[in-house]
Amino acid sequence: MRVALFLTCVNDTLYPDTGRAVVKLLTRLGVEVDFPMAQTCCGQAHYNTGYRHEAEPLARHFSDVFGEYDAIVTPSGSCGAMVRELYPRMGERARAEGRGDTLAATLAPVVPKTYELTEFLVDVLEVTDVGAYYPHRVTYHPTCHGLRGLGLGDRPRRLLQAVRGLELAELPGAEECCGFGGTFALKNSDVSAAMGADKVRNAESTGAEVLCAADNSCLMHIGGTMARLRTGMRPVHIAEILASTEEEPAV
Amino acid sequence: MSGTYLGMPAFPKAAHEAVHDATLRGNLRHATHTIRAKRAKAVAEVSDWTELREAGKRIKDHTLRHLDRYLVQLEESVTAAGGTVHWAADADEANRIVADLVKATGESEVVKVKSMATQEIGLNEALLEEGIHAYETDLAELIVQLGKDRPSHILVPAIHRNRGEIRDIFEREMSEWGRPAPEGLTDTPAELAEAARLHLREKFLRAKVGISGANFMVAETGTLLVVESEGNGRMCLTLPETLISVVGIEKIVPTWQDLEVFLQTLPRSSTAERMNPYTTMWTGTTDGDGPSTFHLVLLDNGRTDTLADEVGRQALRCIRCSACLNVCPVYERAGGHAYGSVYPGPIGAILSPQLRGVTSEIDASLPYASSLCGACYEVCPVAIDIPEVLVHLRERVVAGGEVTSKGNKVVLKPAKGHAAERAAMRAARWAFGRPGALRTGQRLASRTRRLHPRSLPGPGRAWSGTRDLPAVPAEPFRDWWQRTRGGKDGAK
Ligand code: SF4
Repeated sequence: MRVALFLTCVNDTLYPDTGRAVVKLLTRLGVEVDFPMAQTCCGQAHYNTGYRHEAEPLARHFSDVFGEYDAIVTPSGSCGAMVRELYPRMGERARAEGRGDTLAATLAPVVPKTYELTEFLVDVLEVTDVGAYYPHRVTYHPTCHGLRGLGLGDRPRRLLQAVRGLELAELPGAEECCGFGGTFALKNSDVSAAMGADKVRNAESTGAEVLCAADNSCLMHIGGTMARLRTGMRPVHIAEILASTEEEPAV
Repeated sequence: MSGTYLGMPAFPKAAHEAVHDATLRGNLRHATHTIRAKRAKAVAEVSDWTELREAGKRIKDHTLRHLDRYLVQLEESVTAAGGTVHWAADADEANRIVADLVKATGESEVVKVKSMATQEIGLNEALLEEGIHAYETDLAELIVQLGKDRPSHILVPAIHRNRGEIRDIFEREMSEWGRPAPEGLTDTPAELAEAARLHLREKFLRAKVGISGANFMVAETGTLLVVESEGNGRMCLTLPETLISVVGIEKIVPTWQDLEVFLQTLPRSSTAERMNPYTTMWTGTTDGDGPSTFHLVLLDNGRTDTLADEVGRQALRCIRCSACLNVCPVYERAGGHAYGSVYPGPIGAILSPQLRGVTSEIDASLPYASSLCGACYEVCPVAIDIPEVLVHLRERVVAGGEVTSKGNKVVLKPAKGHAAERAAMRAARWAFGRPGALRTGQRLASRTRRLHPRSLPGPGRAWSGTRDLPAVPAEPFRDWWQRTRGGKDGAK
């Protein structure tokens, strides 16, 4: 199986540790991953802000870069949802605009092959115990696009529960949005900040040291809020927890 | 829509105060979380909820597709049952029709059962200009009216008020409008309800004209339907001699059979009840029982234009259950008034900019009043994909394009104030189209990372004012990958 890592532009630029963790984890599980150097951005920010026509070339580029692989794995629920949910919709819209099936046909191949990391582990590799060790109290925030867009369900939780040393604390109001929402955080910063603060207070109430999620964009927002509210908690991407072992523990 | 909301500032500004109003946020949080939990329970009781939701969606879509046919059928059946049908293209026309009908009765007072459509067109204000006083009889509407306030929720228009505030309003205002509040009124729900009952009873027994909306209209029989919890609506619908119903044209269903679906999904989604306490149905007029004159005013006011948009038209499926408001994290913090319309929350954010167009400041900002978390879509009993429509309307705001306005195709220009964003999006697309350029940018960011601030200048300041930015790493992933060949041979 030829597996490609779609790291996403945010992770590539700001969170390279998450990418290294995914590579380490998948390699440990016997998967050889490739990182196609030509990859850039899935176009989600453009699409969701109303620039659908700016997003189209990026989607086409995505298909060019990843089309030949058997599976595309991404440690981002929202970018995964962009490909799986919104690429087909972009194709439909192009058709409705009288531009024919070309876009739909270009994008179709990558849609079913794109997996969010926890989906790939549980559904494709069929593992829940990835042999990880992480001796901390952790609370899990299911991000909106992972939860409602991709329907990740309890996959992330099952993976976390199998991690040795990890104590999982239930997050009150877990399914509520953290308030990031891409450009929403800029355009409606008051509301966004209020949502973030509530999320962080809920996380604090669990007594966990770490808040974990499967999307660094949300973690950036939550983590930034945690730092400002001086909670002492840390945001950690689930890939980094799953990659952590006794021999090579994550810090 | 109602002129009372025109001139609203854009959503972020309107929300600013609400976010920092601790009482309001407390009231909203308490109310929405309580009903949210109850709704989830009421829905979980029904084993075929998914099928009901799909059926509701299909019935509405089918009806909307053949709306012209069903409306003509409705007109025929209402007329045959002794009613009179009027068609109103917009708010002004509807208000004029209603005012003339009331004047023809010689009355200067009307009682009203809660109706979104009449709020949408600003009927009470229009009637007042003609010297006609309209009295709201729904408890929450009464609170809003007495408080000279605006509704902030579809189902619970006074959701932003707590009991103490309501007591004060009753005590201060009731005497101005009719029977004063009882002496020594406390803020217990029973006493507040009793005060309202006494105050309203006087109105009911005096009124000769009633004005209502309708939750549904059945094309095959000409039957109209109002569902409610208090029974005040039933008084308005049965006691007066003349009944005038103002209803949006999308409220139609083809047959009685179709009601089976909505009478299950609506109460469970809105009040979390298995069935609403009062369901009042009327078909034209009946000798010796109920109103002897019945008028139905069918309101367009932007609805056929909305119907012309193939992505946005799904908003017309809405049965006004308010479930989307109660789960919306943005509504919970911003409050209903920030949406500048009688339709607040997620449904308001997609309905108002379609009914009114995206030209005003508030309407152009509403499509952005969402983090696209998807909770609204998940709870909607007619499966309106609100996030999809929001993104579609964002496109209309930033890029303009063809829309239908008053039945004509017009080409909208992009809204003002998006030039910088558009340039940034284009630049980002350019860079993302060229992996080499992206890499140069990343490297530059890494090399200068000690110079990067932890907060942003310009428009980004709003974000970084309350959150720290992440530090730029020393090496982007792709450089690490290339340097170590993906960590092979144990390279770090
Ligand atoms: S959009 Fe859906 S959830 Fe919201 S009020 Fe309408 S029917 Fe209810």
